[in-house]
Amino acid sequence: MVAATAEAGPDGVGAGAGEAARSQQSPAYNMTVVRQFTLATAFWGIAAFLVGVVIALQLAFPVLNLDLPWTSFGRLRPLHTSAAVFAFGGNALFATSLYVVQRTCRAPLWGGPSLASFLFWGYQVFIVLAGTGYVMGITQSKEYAEPEWYVDIWLTIVWVIYLLVYTGTILRRKEPHIYVANWFFLAFIITVAMLHIVNNLAVPVSWAGAKSYILWAGVQDALTQWWYGHNAVGFFLTAGFLGIMYYFIPKRAERPVYSYRLSVIHFWSLIFLYIWAGPHHLHYTALPDWAQSLGMMFSVMLWMPSWGGMINGLMTLSGAWDKLRTDPVLRFLVASVGFYGMSTFEGPVMSIKPVNALSHYTDWTVGHVHSGALGWVAFISFGALYFLVPKLWGRRELFSLKLVSYHFWIATLGIVLYITSMWISGIMQGLMWRAYNDLGFLQYRFVETVEAMHPYYVIRAFGGILFLIGALLMIYNLYRTIRGNYADDQVSAYEASQPSRAGAAATA
Amino acid sequence: MPTKVEKDLYTGQATTGHEWDGIRELNTPLPRWWLWVLYATIAWSVVYFILYPAIPGLSGYTKGVLGYSSRVEIGQKIAAAKAAQGKYLDGIRTSSLADIRKDDRLLRFALAGGKAAFADNCAPCHAVGGTGNPGGYPSLADDDWLWGGGLEEIHETILFGVRNEDDDARTSEMPAFGGEEEDATLTPEQIADVAEFVLSLGKRSTDAAAAARGAPLYKEHCATCHGAAGKGDRDQGAPRLADAIWLRDGSKDGIVAQIAKPTMGAMPAWRTRLDAETIKMLAVYVHALGGGE
Repeated sequence: MVAATAEAGPDGVGAGAGEAARSQQSPAYNMTVVRQFTLATAFWGIAAFLVGVVIALQLAFPVLNLDLPWTSFGRLRPLHTSAAVFAFGGNALFATSLYVVQRTCRAPLWGGPSLASFLFWGYQVFIVLAGTGYVMGITQSKEYAEPEWYVDIWLTIVWVIYLLVYTGTILRRKEPHIYVANWFFLAFIITVAMLHIVNNLAVPVSWAGAKSYILWAGVQDALTQWWYGHNAVGFFLTAGFLGIMYYFIPKRAERPVYSYRLSVIHFWSLIFLYIWAGPHHLHYTALPDWAQSLGMMFSVMLWMPSWGGMINGLMTLSGAWDKLRTDPVLRFLVASVGFYGMSTFEGPVMSIKPVNALSHYTDWTVGHVHSGALGWVAFISFGALYFLVPKLWGRRELFSLKLVSYHFWIATLGIVLYITSMWISGIMQGLMWRAYNDLGFLQYRFVETVEAMHPYYVIRAFGGILFLIGALLMIYNLYRTIRGNYADDQVSAYEASQPSRAGAAATA
Repeated sequence: MPTKVEKDLYTGQATTGHEWDGIRELNTPLPRWWLWVLYATIAWSVVYFILYPAIPGLSGYTKGVLGYSSRVEIGQKIAAAKAAQGKYLDGIRTSSLADIRKDDRLLRFALAGGKAAFADNCAPCHAVGGTGNPGGYPSLADDDWLWGGGLEEIHETILFGVRNEDDDARTSEMPAFGGEEEDATLTPEQIADVAEFVLSLGKRSTDAAAAARGAPLYKEHCATCHGAAGKGDRDQGAPRLADAIWLRDGSKDGIVAQIAKPTMGAMPAWRTRLDAETIKMLAVYVHALGGGE
């Protein structure tokens, strides 16, 4: 019943070539909404990276704040983080989860095309309301939860409908078991609903005004905020994206998932442990010592549950490692798991109190976040986009795998420059802040630490620019793929160029 | 669709027998190293639970075998740091500013402490090194002082500040000589003449006639505070005009603007924010920046 309307492309794009793909999709999947979310992911990705480059340059060259309130770092920074996490990451999660749940349940979306359409437009309205609010200076000053009460209520409505559509689809599945990707997606949707509602409990000053006051006060507010903030990382950026990993890596590698048992154990241990780790954001503050201990212990115990996902992702390539040489899309997916493993090791290390005493409030944290955000979240999203677009628009393969390869190397170089410059800058900053001279006075003035960071800020901005250039290559590649009318032999031409290298390696 | 359990040819592992959209799963056992590291982190946490504060109750929480408290720890560290500085701080407290300067040991300490305190509190306005900032933040590294450059005078300025709510603050006010036509003390032409005369005090005048017209006006309205020869008056914080050092815009337009509608700087009373020893060290440090008298 959903099929007839939903399956017709928005403007008949891909009507011819899509025929074959569609005949395999026995149930009437709603791919229109997946296409919409896919395009939104690409669009908001560029927006997020662009604002990121702007604020990175502002930190290196403060004159770029332009002395205007709307363009100041303080307003653009939440614009960047929200665009990256909720607009780019959120749309990627919607696109992939709605695609994966239909195909692995062999069931069309519950609620029909109108509810799916509401999900898409409702979520875009949320993004625009939040983003315009930041630029106008409307914020409740909670990191990653800056939007005011009216935006929060709107997101709650959209999110509850997301949950209904998702669980409704799972309930009408034609498979006896629920696939592991769906566990992760479902955990992400449920937990984000809970986090969002509790952290945003607020009393508006008036129904006509944007301002509200949060229900929590003092250290309770701080703890609620970081319970939310850390689990936004844990469930939005980890569990949700593990859902992506569990579908797209075995699909692209055409190999079975490495270990079902590992997926069960690491899923439940991850879900159980993550939710307690938030207090590590409040080490050496007014937060009581017991809560700090708790946050640190759970963060350390989280190490292996996080790595379970990495092992399952990487080991799924057993028997297919050679594909990394020829398939840059798979390279994106696998590299993302590598970055995931690196940042989920770095996280527990940074949660240990003596380490945190050095790293906290420094650029090290910023570098850590970006090895996760650029390396893990963005790379696996790029991989998923490169996988999805030909499928959704009925193409045999992407317009150019060579461009994907360029994207991969340019973006990887960008990430490496970004995180290494922030490691150096952050550790230097932390050491300078705590340096005392022999008479017991601070060795450095604060402004000296700012001056010392300047070269690393320039390097970081350059890394960000590389990352943006890579993403623009992707946009062009996806656009050409959607537009179609390119010779299919482009694919075989690229593939044909590969064996020579493989042969050289073998004889060497 | 459920399928039968198969053996994966490459790894030799059995599948679970399920398949979703073409994806199958192997039934590989948990990697041993993974499981042991997980157990190790759990064991480590249990030990930490016992040693450190960990479990909340209705009133308070378990203190742990080590009885660790971050509040006690920071208190001890601060006390230790204070104790290490104690003998110096005693010397600073009991010595006069002049005596501090004579005692090499105390002077070295005061300069270090003053430098650190200056960086955190004074540098935002007076710049690192005390070279001042445009727009009314005076340089402290030259010999042109508004309220005096002796140790005691600098000390007093830091203690009480300038034009603030402190009863002992240094205060003075320059009247506005311009304004609406009928209320103004001086006409725009007269103000321009006075400004030209002020320029002549620093030998910068280019219009001798205008400066001559301004001379009697200056004598009548300005000389009381700034002195007949423009040497200024430190008792009132009236700046010296007969030099090339200007707190604000020293061009003719800038001087005209200042005469017509003066802008006057302010500075906090640091005795409300810093302890007495720190303020003494700051006075010694500022005195040593280059212009101390």
